[in-house]
Amino acid sequence: MNLVIVDYKAGNVQSVMFALERLGINGTLSSDFETIKAADKVIFPGVGEASSAMAQLKARNLDKLLPTLEQPFFGVCLGMQLLCQHSEEGDTDLLGIIPLQVMRFQTELKVPHMGWNQLHHLQTPLFEGLKEEEFVYYVHSYYVPLSEHTIAQTSYPEPFSAALQYKNFYAAQFHPEKSGPAGSQILKNFLAL
Amino acid sequence: MLTKRIVPCLDIKNGRCVKGVQFENIRDAGDPVQLAKWYAEQGADELVFLDITATNEERKTFAELVRDIARHIDIPFTVGGGIGAVADVEVLLMAGADKVSINSAAIRNPQLVEDLAKRFGSQCVTVAVDTKFTEAIGWKVYARAGTVETEHATVDWSQRVTDLGAGEILLTSMNNDGTKAGFALDITGAVSNAVSVPVVASGGAGTMQHFADVFHQANADAALAASLFHFRELEIPVLKQFLKGQDVDVRI
Repeated sequence: MNLVIVDYKAGNVQSVMFALERLGINGTLSSDFETIKAADKVIFPGVGEASSAMAQLKARNLDKLLPTLEQPFFGVCLGMQLLCQHSEEGDTDLLGIIPLQVMRFQTELKVPHMGWNQLHHLQTPLFEGLKEEEFVYYVHSYYVPLSEHTIAQTSYPEPFSAALQYKNFYAAQFHPEKSGPAGSQILKNFLAL
Repeated sequence: MLTKRIVPCLDIKNGRCVKGVQFENIRDAGDPVQLAKWYAEQGADELVFLDITATNEERKTFAELVRDIARHIDIPFTVGGGIGAVADVEVLLMAGADKVSINSAAIRNPQLVEDLAKRFGSQCVTVAVDTKFTEAIGWKVYARAGTVETEHATVDWSQRVTDLGAGEILLTSMNNDGTKAGFALDITGAVSNAVSVPVVASGGAGTMQHFADVFHQANADAALAASLFHFRELEIPVLKQFLKGQDVDVRI
């Protein structure tokens, strides 16, 4: 399989590469237009701040390319948020692939939402073999509210989108690459799509 | 629900795991990668690796070891020790660390916290606060592996670094560290209630009840221990079952 991980200097790229390596998959790290376009599958990692990440994408013209992709695509954490329309973080216009807004947590609870929390209402083959209430690892201060594109939920304290699907674009707010065996299973499921 | 985190800490010297008692009398407790894998399997929620000689001896951090750890474990981990600049952090994050912990450098140059948060996001910036209580001056922050007293009161300093962009506070009570007499509940609670970010309590864990106490009474989001776990005086699965029985939300 020709798997490409989008390279735009996101902080968790190496972790995603290692997680794939543990599954016996060697992905290609690339920011090259043609290489990404030709991939069978694309993983879009990300941690950090939305406006800086968008600037990195624009500097590589990836803001034009990514919305045109048609192969199975998996955005992780900030990589999920960047697929949406707009983020309250830095009042940033995002890639606009999924027509949703990214909001900051307004809660008495600690922010960032950091640690292991549970998945509910799992849908789609991305969660094949996972049980309801499975634990995954989160670290984020912004979230996507529930929508018709939500394929898994987590509560903090209100339910939000743990994962999204829109056409060929799958995305997870949590970190499958850091979520133990459950996370590995989700990556495996994506690779099997 | 979000669960309380149990965090084994591995102090690293020359690529090996050691544990100082009150930051001295270091003992060798094994290979970091093997220990890390074992802890992940045991149900540790996160790991912390502190390069304990880095601050004292001005050594650069241990990116190769970090890379090796990231290659082998599938839970998050924080690395710290001797981090002085944005470039140091970039190397560690690119090697696969999830968070970095800065301590003396934040005291020398608080602007570093803001620079790191802007560049990499608050979620990966942990500020380690070493604190000590004395009757004369109360809870103060100490720098350089606990050897140098600073002007900062502990709660004020925690709030300040949070305002600058820290995403987590790792609070170590030097009075409690190594005593196995329990966490410093008062200062942990005071810091946790004063800041909006998660607080990791460190120093003093000796029994399972100590963990329950720091979660219930001090509003800690995570609790860290080292020798207690390294020498298998306490097994994580047993601890988590105990905590569950005490109505602490844990990942089992």
